[in-house]
Amino acid sequence: MDANLLADVAISGNLNAIGYGLAAIGPGIGLGFLIGKTIEGMARQPEVSGQLRATMFLGVAFVELLALLGIVAGFLFA
Amino acid sequence: MLGLTLLRVAPLALSGDEGGFQPPSIQDFFPPAIAFEGTFFQIDRIWIVRIITTIVLCTIFILAAKRAKLVPGRFQAGIEYLLEFVRVQIADEILGIRAKRFVPMLSVIFFSILFFNITSIVPGLNIAGTSRIGLPLLLALWVMARYWYEGIKKQKLGGYLKSSLFPPSVKDMPFLYLIVTPIEALQVFVIRPASLAIRLTANMIAGHIMLVLCFSATEFFLLHAAGPLKGFSAVTLAGGVFVTLFELLVGFLQAYIFALLAAAYINMSLEEEH
Repeated sequence: MDANLLADVAISGNLNAIGYGLAAIGPGIGLGFLIGKTIEGMARQPEVSGQLRATMFLGVAFVELLALLGIVAGFLFA
Repeated sequence: MLGLTLLRVAPLALSGDEGGFQPPSIQDFFPPAIAFEGTFFQIDRIWIVRIITTIVLCTIFILAAKRAKLVPGRFQAGIEYLLEFVRVQIADEILGIRAKRFVPMLSVIFFSILFFNITSIVPGLNIAGTSRIGLPLLLALWVMARYWYEGIKKQKLGGYLKSSLFPPSVKDMPFLYLIVTPIEALQVFVIRPASLAIRLTANMIAGHIMLVLCFSATEFFLLHAAGPLKGFSAVTLAGGVFVTLFELLVGFLQAYIFALLAAAYINMSLEEEH
């Protein structure tokens, strides 16, 4: 494509929003794995589901923190 | 698809109108002072919400304790159900046989966070008491003080530092301590309390912003937007109702996670060296 044409396309918007979108990808994948595996474990062994649930929420807390740091960073470095 | 359309038409609607859409900002969490401005005891809207919540929380539990009967009524049964949830699902699940000593602390943490979170959807209050870092930080530092105290009581200061900074799992390769020890030190001193506080605050900030976004968009579309755009107000209103219910869930979940992590950190201090 012509270089001049590219330069004419002005993209405006907020970099923080894009950054948050990127920051949410990793935790999204992580939560999917984490919760999916826990459900699998619960289905295999329903008798330990209480323990699995508690451990899952511990893991969820750590994974979710990454996405939340994305929100905070967006405001901090605005 | 709908969101895309909304993105395209929103600027058009914005430009020609005198009402103007006011997006939420981080300034919402630092409202103007109401009393004692400039002093250490400055009172603003969030502080009033916190004071009201404290009074309500204390009143509910004092009433429940005073009227406690052998055969519980409906009110007492509800309170007992929640207290049992903390005792069984959080304390017993993580701490096992040592749980009993920590049940009061975990209950206080769980119920304060639950009540201060729920204020974000109570009409008239409309902001979470935990949506500014002070209150979560206080609770996180309390947890940190407690797990330090328990660790030092159990293993003496030297033993506790040794077991938490020099984990025995990499004993076979001592040079790895060059990497592991700084990470563990950062973990014990900074990351644990900071992540507890930031997780709760960021959740409440994000929830409040989502609520404000939905309802201010409803107001804007209904009153200031041109013609057919008014229809979007129904969509955003439904979104607002959904977010309100979601906030209820998040408020409960955050209280649960905070208490669960507090129990887990205390449990780490209590564990024997292997």
